[in-house]
Amino acid sequence: MPGPAPDERMRPKGRRNTQGIRVDPEAEVTHEPRQAVLSALVKHRPGVLSEVSALFSRRQFNIESLTVGPTVDEDTARMTILIEEPDPGIDQAKKQLRKLVPVISVRELEGEAVRRELALVKVSGEKPDDVNAVADMYNGQAVDASTDSVTVEITGSKQKIDAAIEAFKQFDVQEIVRTGAAALERGPKTLEKDV
Amino acid sequence: MSERASVPKEEDDTEPETEPEPVTTGAQSVIRALENAGTDYVFGVQGGAIMPVYDALYDSDINHVTMAHEQGASHAADAYGIVTGDPGVCFATSGPGATNLVTGIADANMDSDPVIALTGQVPTEFVGNDAFQETDTVGITQPITKESYFAADSDTVGDDVSEAFALADAGRQGPTLVDLPKDVTQGETEVEPGTPETPETYEVPEEADDENVQEAAEALAAADRPVILSGGGVIKANASSALREFATEYEIPVITTMPGIGSFPEDHELSLEWAGMHGTGYANMAISNTDCMLAIGTRFDDRLTGGVDSFAPDAEVIHVDIDPAEISKNVYADYPLIGDARNVLRQLFDAMPRAPDADEWRDQCQTWKDEYPMEYDTPDDEPLKPQYVVERFSDVTPDDTIVCTGVGQHQMWASQFWEYTEPRTWVSSHGLGTMGYGVPAAIGAKLAAPDQEVVCFDGDGSFLMTVQGLSVAVREQLDITYVVLNNEAVGMVRQWQDGFYEGRRMASEYPWIPQFDKLAEAFGARGFTLESYENVEETIQEARDYDGPSVIDAHIDPGENVFPMVPSGGDNGLFALNEDHLDMI
Repeated sequence: MPGPAPDERMRPKGRRNTQGIRVDPEAEVTHEPRQAVLSALVKHRPGVLSEVSALFSRRQFNIESLTVGPTVDEDTARMTILIEEPDPGIDQAKKQLRKLVPVISVRELEGEAVRRELALVKVSGEKPDDVNAVADMYNGQAVDASTDSVTVEITGSKQKIDAAIEAFKQFDVQEIVRTGAAALERGPKTLEKDV
Repeated sequence: MSERASVPKEEDDTEPETEPEPVTTGAQSVIRALENAGTDYVFGVQGGAIMPVYDALYDSDINHVTMAHEQGASHAADAYGIVTGDPGVCFATSGPGATNLVTGIADANMDSDPVIALTGQVPTEFVGNDAFQETDTVGITQPITKESYFAADSDTVGDDVSEAFALADAGRQGPTLVDLPKDVTQGETEVEPGTPETPETYEVPEEADDENVQEAAEALAAADRPVILSGGGVIKANASSALREFATEYEIPVITTMPGIGSFPEDHELSLEWAGMHGTGYANMAISNTDCMLAIGTRFDDRLTGGVDSFAPDAEVIHVDIDPAEISKNVYADYPLIGDARNVLRQLFDAMPRAPDADEWRDQCQTWKDEYPMEYDTPDDEPLKPQYVVERFSDVTPDDTIVCTGVGQHQMWASQFWEYTEPRTWVSSHGLGTMGYGVPAAIGAKLAAPDQEVVCFDGDGSFLMTVQGLSVAVREQLDITYVVLNNEAVGMVRQWQDGFYEGRRMASEYPWIPQFDKLAEAFGARGFTLESYENVEETIQEARDYDGPSVIDAHIDPGENVFPMVPSGGDNGLFALNEDHLDMI
């Protein structure tokens, strides 16, 4: 005997949002994206970067920047990954990263972590004194100069570099290269084995 | 009998108990690593770059099964892994051999099946030069394996294989791959591979935190409408009997996912069978209305949940999984319990303060069973119904019969109308939904369990994709009954076109397919045709009685569709029982 049709069946009262979290039926709840700084210790061997970056692209995590470099231990490298995701996405990114075999540990750095980016800005060499003056304002320094161009190095937060580049635009910017962020937690904490 | 076993070895007659000879090449080290890990079978296809490994296999007791296509090798290894619980192994040469394995590797990855793929590679000096039959196999397979290794050195290649083997089997099972450059396998070495061990960075949680278990147990005991959702992870953790004890002791209805079929006996009074897109109406009603779900070893795939916003919306979710990344990935877990399913079930068993007070709920579940039975029409004058063929077959076979399938409508009928009572008897492609899975999977399953009956339900479209595998079943004389539920179409696509594309049947009808009984005979198998209800039982019996592969070409009602159905992204509780209901939801 066929039971009730779809519109006559016993129905639940609750609901979930699109992230699978139970929510108050009366209120709309969404998670806003936020920026997270993930720091990962990985095995220093060929293919690790591609494995990590492929994970992010496959899972459609929006990656802001990714930097990688060796540590004091020659067998490990450290990655700093900036992502912008809602909280459940950030949790997933951490867990998925941790699953990769070459990944030793992963941690999200707290908001006050030390974060630095580097930019090299090549501008016209017509007014070297003015260029130097602007560079000083941002604690930058000229690292190369010729009759036609001056290259300035700026290190600092993303906001500071954005502002410096804006200021250098008066000198006819010829080329820019920027790194992603490198970050370390403040205080004595280090990224040891996952806790 | 594998072909290798038919080649006599002189030393077999004289000194069968002697210690193995020390390895002298990388290839021998590869084979030694497989021997150390207990490998009985390898499924593969020869080729230029893998030849040194095959040459080393010549002196081994490991059986090799030459497949007709590398895709079949990876599916056969996958099925072998499902049935035995131990990793299945497949070999292919570089380039096209390796890429042909990819479908089966991706399939194993989606279903967490343990598979080791060993692929030949061009010599290291040519790697990156677009040499003949070169592909970036590690690059291609990295996203679909637990780890892909590039073996760079003859001295360490054996350890690479050992580690790949251990990793495939550890924690959440899955595929691993080792790419073997020809110079590395040909190269001299005296280094024996070490014992299989997982990499030091890979951690497997064993037991859940006791405090979390206690909280979860109390939530479950306090529930009015509790259910257990048992996924494929229960089978992989060998937790079926622990589940049975737990559910019976605390009288909680059990629903399985589709990969979880067999994890709980479908003839048990607490069983609601399986939920999801084509699961039973009663399972989907219970999923929809439960207030506390103990979900074990499931990744909440969208075919199970429908839209997550409507999935078990009243339920507190207790999620047991060995992979922390599955917790709250698709459905938020109120009580995450990370650990081996069998251990965590024991912990929960001990932690339960009492059984939930759920008499009314169990009565409600029974009412749904009565209201939405799994039925179909069988008037004698209609064309043969596929469900009838599946049911009759299920009636006459032993409980431990292994059912393999391809992918499509036939797969749903085989899962709906066969009664599964034991774990590791349901071998199917779930997450990837690979048409063509059935023919080679049945070969892997039969070799894994030679004493168990193996039947493979396939569709005409799916069967055609790997039909060449019949040649392997014939050569190995494998007693498998293939049943092609033939509706001259890729029926699931056609069903969706009729339901959601105004009946515009673009490229879904196959009126040109061959006569499968004759095709079977051409391969050297037995062929049968079924066209009416009259001789169903008799044909099934004849095919079962034949000692070798047989193919029943069952011409079924081409108008038959799969119901119940939850449309993609829909609400489980609003499943359609027929075409009319589709317009209501």
